[in-house]
Amino acid sequence: MTNWLEVLVYVIAGTAAVVAIVHLVRDRPVEDGMYLLLGVAELVLVVQLVIGCVMLSDTDRDVSGVLFVSYLIGVTLALPIGAFWSLAERSRAGTAVLLLAVLTVVGLELRLAAIWAGAGA
Amino acid sequence: MPDDRQSLSSGWGRALVFVYGVFAVAATGRSLVQLGTDAGKAPLAYSLSLLAAVVYLVATTCLLVGGPVAWKVAVVACSVELVGVLAVGALSYAAPDLFPDKTVWSHFGQGYGYFPLVLPFAGLAWLWSVRPQRVAGH
Repeated sequence: MTNWLEVLVYVIAGTAAVVAIVHLVRDRPVEDGMYLLLGVAELVLVVQLVIGCVMLSDTDRDVSGVLFVSYLIGVTLALPIGAFWSLAERSRAGTAVLLLAVLTVVGLELRLAAIWAGAGA
Repeated sequence: MPDDRQSLSSGWGRALVFVYGVFAVAATGRSLVQLGTDAGKAPLAYSLSLLAAVVYLVATTCLLVGGPVAWKVAVVACSVELVGVLAVGALSYAAPDLFPDKTVWSHFGQGYGYFPLVLPFAGLAWLWSVRPQRVAGH
């Protein structure tokens, strides 16, 4: 994968995770800033989806295509589902859902980079 | 809660459903890829991946459905999950040749940030805290 995209995802996701943890500890519901941050992260992930597909079609290396694209799609779904799922629970548990969604993105991104580097399932 | 169908997916249960959902998708995806590409390579590991996938799917569904029956099934699913992750985790260290390829539960879920090890404890603790009490006394 392109390095700058990956780094960008980690930086935004890391920031969002810290913000979520602070809200979790102080027991305050998340504010609009958090959703803005998640929106930016989602935008980067959608860009990554497009660039990833283009790069996959261009590469000569042996990358597992189905696996790679399914992770690309999966990583873009985590935040919208997490945000939607947390909306009904505007409490600590709801903030925890957002944190878990962000951690899911980081986990999938790590796998995505490994698959791009040639790892299998 | 006055409702006799006690909810298993509100409050902290909501966070639990999210993680179980993620692992249901992850384990199902992994076992399908493993069984679809080269099922003969590591039959035991791949069967266990499939078992893990089914357990996570059942647990997620039960938490979403709610009610006393789903509560009981969820307890069974979480118990199977607990035994599974402990047994497979220990075996993958004790007898690594049994597992030429990894499962979700290998090395106590190391490849998944040890979430698979924590999850059954969290699940059982949550189920205990929302256990049906109407049977015990009115």
